Amino acid sequence: MADPRSGVGAEQVAGGVPVTINGKELLAREGELLIEAAQRHGIYIPRFCYHPRMEPVGMCRMCLVEVDTGRGFALQPSCMLTCTPGMVVDTESEVTRKAQDGVLEFLLINHPLDCPVCDKGGECPLQDQTVAYGPGESRFVEEKRHYEKPIPISDLVLLDRERCILCDRCTRFADTVAGDPLIHFIHRGSNTEVNTFPDHPFASYFSGNTVQICPVGALTSVDYRFRARPWDLEETESTCQSCAVGCRMAVQSSRNQVLRYVGLDLDDVNWGWLCDKGRYGFQALNHEDRLGTPLVRSADELVPSRWNEAYKRAVEAIRAALESHGPAGVAVLGGSRLSNESAYAWAKLAKGVIGTDNVDAQLGDGLPAELILGLPLATIDETCTPGGTVILFAPDLKEELPVLFLRLRHAVLRDRVTVIDCHPHANSFTTLAAVSLHGRPGEQAELAKVLTGALGADREVAGVAPDRLARARALVEAAQGPVTVVLGRQTLGESGSAIADAASVLLAGLPGVRFLSALRRANVHGALEMGLAPGVLPGRVGLDEGRSWFASHWPGVPEVRGLDARGVLEEAAAGRIGALILLGADPLADFPDRKLAEQALAGAGCVIAVDQFLTGSSQLADVVFPAAGFAEVDGTTTNLEGRVLPLGQRVTPPGTAQPDWVIAAELARRMGADLGIESVRDVQDEIRRVAPARTDRAVELAEAAGGEAHAELEVGAEAQAELGTGAEVSGDADMPQAVTPTPPPLIEHRPGPIADPPPVDSYSLRLVVTRKLYDAGVIVSHSASLSSLAPGTVLRVNGYDFDRLGVVEGSVVQVKSPRGRIDVEIRIDNGIPRGTAAIVVNQPGVPVTELIDASERITDVRIERGDA
Amino acid sequence: MAITDAPKIVTSRFQYDDSHTLARYEATGGYQALRKALGMSPTAVVEEVKAASLLGRGGAGFPAGVKWGFCPPGVWPRYLVVNGDESEPGTYKDRMLMERDPHQIIEGVLIASYAVGCSQAFLYVRGEMALAQERIAAALNEAYDAGYVGRNILGSEFSLDIVLHWGAGAYIVGEETALIESLEGHRGMPRLKPPYFPAAKGLYLQPTIVNNIETLSNIPWIVANGAEAFAALGAETSKGTRLFAVSGHVANPGVFEVEYGVTTFRDLIYAPVYAGGIRGGRKLKAFIPGGASSPWFFEEHLDLPLEKVTVDRAGSMLGSGAIVVMDETTDMVRACHRVVRFFASESCGKCTPCREGTTWLERILKRILDGQGRMSDLDLLLDVADNISPGIAWPPKQTTICPLGPSAVSPIASAIRRFRHEFEAHIARNPNAALEASDGGASTAARPAAVETAVSLGGHHG
Repeated sequence: MADPRSGVGAEQVAGGVPVTINGKELLAREGELLIEAAQRHGIYIPRFCYHPRMEPVGMCRMCLVEVDTGRGFALQPSCMLTCTPGMVVDTESEVTRKAQDGVLEFLLINHPLDCPVCDKGGECPLQDQTVAYGPGESRFVEEKRHYEKPIPISDLVLLDRERCILCDRCTRFADTVAGDPLIHFIHRGSNTEVNTFPDHPFASYFSGNTVQICPVGALTSVDYRFRARPWDLEETESTCQSCAVGCRMAVQSSRNQVLRYVGLDLDDVNWGWLCDKGRYGFQALNHEDRLGTPLVRSADELVPSRWNEAYKRAVEAIRAALESHGPAGVAVLGGSRLSNESAYAWAKLAKGVIGTDNVDAQLGDGLPAELILGLPLATIDETCTPGGTVILFAPDLKEELPVLFLRLRHAVLRDRVTVIDCHPHANSFTTLAAVSLHGRPGEQAELAKVLTGALGADREVAGVAPDRLARARALVEAAQGPVTVVLGRQTLGESGSAIADAASVLLAGLPGVRFLSALRRANVHGALEMGLAPGVLPGRVGLDEGRSWFASHWPGVPEVRGLDARGVLEEAAAGRIGALILLGADPLADFPDRKLAEQALAGAGCVIAVDQFLTGSSQLADVVFPAAGFAEVDGTTTNLEGRVLPLGQRVTPPGTAQPDWVIAAELARRMGADLGIESVRDVQDEIRRVAPARTDRAVELAEAAGGEAHAELEVGAEAQAELGTGAEVSGDADMPQAVTPTPPPLIEHRPGPIADPPPVDSYSLRLVVTRKLYDAGVIVSHSASLSSLAPGTVLRVNGYDFDRLGVVEGSVVQVKSPRGRIDVEIRIDNGIPRGTAAIVVNQPGVPVTELIDASERITDVRIERGDA
Repeated sequence: MAITDAPKIVTSRFQYDDSHTLARYEATGGYQALRKALGMSPTAVVEEVKAASLLGRGGAGFPAGVKWGFCPPGVWPRYLVVNGDESEPGTYKDRMLMERDPHQIIEGVLIASYAVGCSQAFLYVRGEMALAQERIAAALNEAYDAGYVGRNILGSEFSLDIVLHWGAGAYIVGEETALIESLEGHRGMPRLKPPYFPAAKGLYLQPTIVNNIETLSNIPWIVANGAEAFAALGAETSKGTRLFAVSGHVANPGVFEVEYGVTTFRDLIYAPVYAGGIRGGRKLKAFIPGGASSPWFFEEHLDLPLEKVTVDRAGSMLGSGAIVVMDETTDMVRACHRVVRFFASESCGKCTPCREGTTWLERILKRILDGQGRMSDLDLLLDVADNISPGIAWPPKQTTICPLGPSAVSPIASAIRRFRHEFEAHIARNPNAALEASDGGASTAARPAAVETAVSLGGHHG
């Protein structure tokens, strides 16, 4: 079913479909369901099983209304009935009312009367509709149905079958939306119940959505049960920060403690869904390990300190670094966790006040900033255009950007979108893709050449058989709709240049192609846009192009282009970084090359960490500033589409933790500069002034969504007006240095020469290093209900390669690379192509990053018996 | 009143012990109709069946030839699905056909597939019918070996594969869309319409003709003897012959093939050649004329002919041709309970009114039988029934997707309207019934001991 909400053009259909509801003549949209048309015109028809983001099933029969389509009035389920011209509907007739009352009485005969102890009480559709529609009394005197009270159907969700009204919402979600058909109806008649298959728990990354859409209290989540009553909750609209999709949600709290996230269906992003990592990650916010006090190093220990002392130590370190090494002696890593406003404040501090361009929000695990900022972008909706074609040069979306996976899955299954999957091995999209090209890591550009036709499909390329290549090429050639490339880092075992080269080939070879970024960190796109990357300034502007414009807005602009994370760490390891500032960054855990990260932290003159937890890296810092986290600061975030979305404050930070921008502003003040920022609003105003084009893009997205622009963005026109004034003033040619006449142009990706594929060593296996949704990351490990879900990892190789290794399946083997060596269990997995070996990073007990040399394009490993 | 000696069309081979074998089938004219059909154009075969006015024998009585013409032109592949999931209580005619003359069904399938343009047919046999499954499977193997089924049948361009599928024991799968769901490997639940009717979008969302076993068993005879010969039999609106399964309190229960629309209920129940009268010479109290879901008939309906339109007009239906006879010793409350219990346990659980309503009805009836009834229960029964089938009218209206829910309503309406005194007699056994009757049904004493909480304290909803 084409989703009616995403049907942008629906309203424009000439005239629409005339129908009469309750005597009123209305216009329904073409193909619109009666229940929706009525609601759009203010007539609410009660329902339980109907959900606007799922196929209707007509199961609960609550939405029965009397409909006359020319053959006399008859009861029809309005969730199943498409409006037809001349249809006459009565939602309030005697017959309708009796049918609805009857259904409600039926639903209640076996429903327990435990509302006072039910989590749903107070926000329960069954409760609400019983008050609105039900008969006053039950005539049921028999004993109710009894089941064992709640049974766990997964680690996160409990099921109370007595409360279940069998609406098919959770089971339908699991099957059709999530693609994890692990809960089902079993038995029949009034013995029908929802349950899992024996020994197969509802282990879905999306299980929390079933709790949210359950119209009764049958499904409850382990972490929210009995914690609060709905009327005690206060809520604030916000945007999930567990990955870069930017799912809209409400943050709900009680007594200054965040207790629940609820998915919202506001923008065309997540359609109301959340993944479980996003939904249950709030537990980390309330964790006792959260930093609430500044820490400074005294002898070998970090000891609690006062803010004044911490600032003093940090400023001293930065001044010392400036004196001994110049601006390049100060480096800032991280910032993808920050809000746009905090990212801007830190960019202004680093680049405008300190003057260093050694700034990188990514930790060597993403893609070059100028690539992501310079490619023509597509939104999720544009990517999912019915009939379109999507090329995935992306990580396993289900593991890294779960709700984007849901959107693309829907597009494939419902909207005829063709997917060409170019991941190095089998993944969650393999069964959905029209064709999969599991190419050798490091050779993605070669696959891209085949897709554009620059390279023939008549012989094996990157280890992919010619027939597959030909099929993929034919699909691209035959593409009728838009072609979109989803672009992200597929494996940490190779450098980002492999994907960057592939993007360059596709951009040059496929006219009109657009890109959707699949970088994963929450606000990495906002951080890059705000200038937290080498060579860029806020507003998608290059350092050189923007120098004069920013010179008129900032105290200064870096004179030379700086280094990315790898360069910074190398400089630090060589003792040339006097002050290394970590903005919520943990290079020891997240940088692909652990040895380099260790050397860098040891070699840096002073490490200053701004963080919410003491991580492996911040434990080694000399000064630690406690930062306010999600739901503790107001602001905005930018998702992978470039859409600017609100972050709402709901609670206060632990202890005296401060928003990141406050820390930046105070450091600047103590260094004798004024960032000119006293509130989030101030930052937003300044961003609008200095980066007008970015505001345009955000407004454009908001308008495309069919919604009104967010309050914060409506000022776009004002900013334009201000710019106009600026242009007039600066028209004075005598002062070329003082004011630039027009804002600098936006970055455009300029493809460089494409590197030849790295040589293949037939004695080695090429390492693919991927991620799982649940890992040893800071949010998961500090969320009680998620922390046990990290699956661990084994080395997976193709059976063909395995046979040549002479090792026992399930045994622990030595994996050696030129960089290092680890011990890990080995398993056969024929989803891994020959010649490659796959492993998951950041899982407990397996230090995969020991193997990776960040200066190499790929990682080749050899495998030896563990006892050797 | 007429007991005619019309030819046996579908039961002609029942007299032989080896009627299920290919040898006997061929010796008695088997597969000759197929040869004849293959010499005609598919359209001509459809026209022949249309002209015969063969009404579907599954219950709804839709003209078979007309149904065949419903496939949207130019949409391929299309499938034939044979509904052998005969599960209506008292109905066992299709079982006899499957056990006693499986080749006749296979020939019917072949001709129908040729006419409609299918190259694959699915034969869905009820899970509990072990002998029928065995005989059909054996016959199909024989037919494949003999070249009647498979590639280039009898040297023609026509090829057909027949897939056998055994059901898993759900009554509702006799409903054609639920049967298709089950065939596709899903839980047997009726499909919503749209997507329209199976002829437009059925199995795997392709055009699908769903025919009953008995319907298809008629096809070889019609093709062999011509539509005219078939249409010469029976009444104006009900042509040919029809199988009726008579059971209950009769002397000689069984399946009988009678001329459609001519023979009366009295003939069928009382004639020595048929059911042979009520056992022990007792008096008739009521009978179910067309399967458990049909409203009951009584003495005054005995002289109605077994004819679809007449029976419809009299307020019931011939349905699947199952006649269940109840004599004067029958406890009508118990009989009613038995039928309702069947539907409650067979509800698929999809639509709320059927899932919850039929079980509620069953439990009220059980309570009355257990001596815990209340006078208000009679109105309650009727009102719950009304919420499943608004107006309790005939033909029934429904708040559900399929007619299973309303099916449980018919026996309740019939029994309460005709035998209210029997319900009252049961209720009178409840020592608190009189008391309860006077205070409008609010007495907690009338509740079964298991219910601990008073639920009718106003404002709460149990």
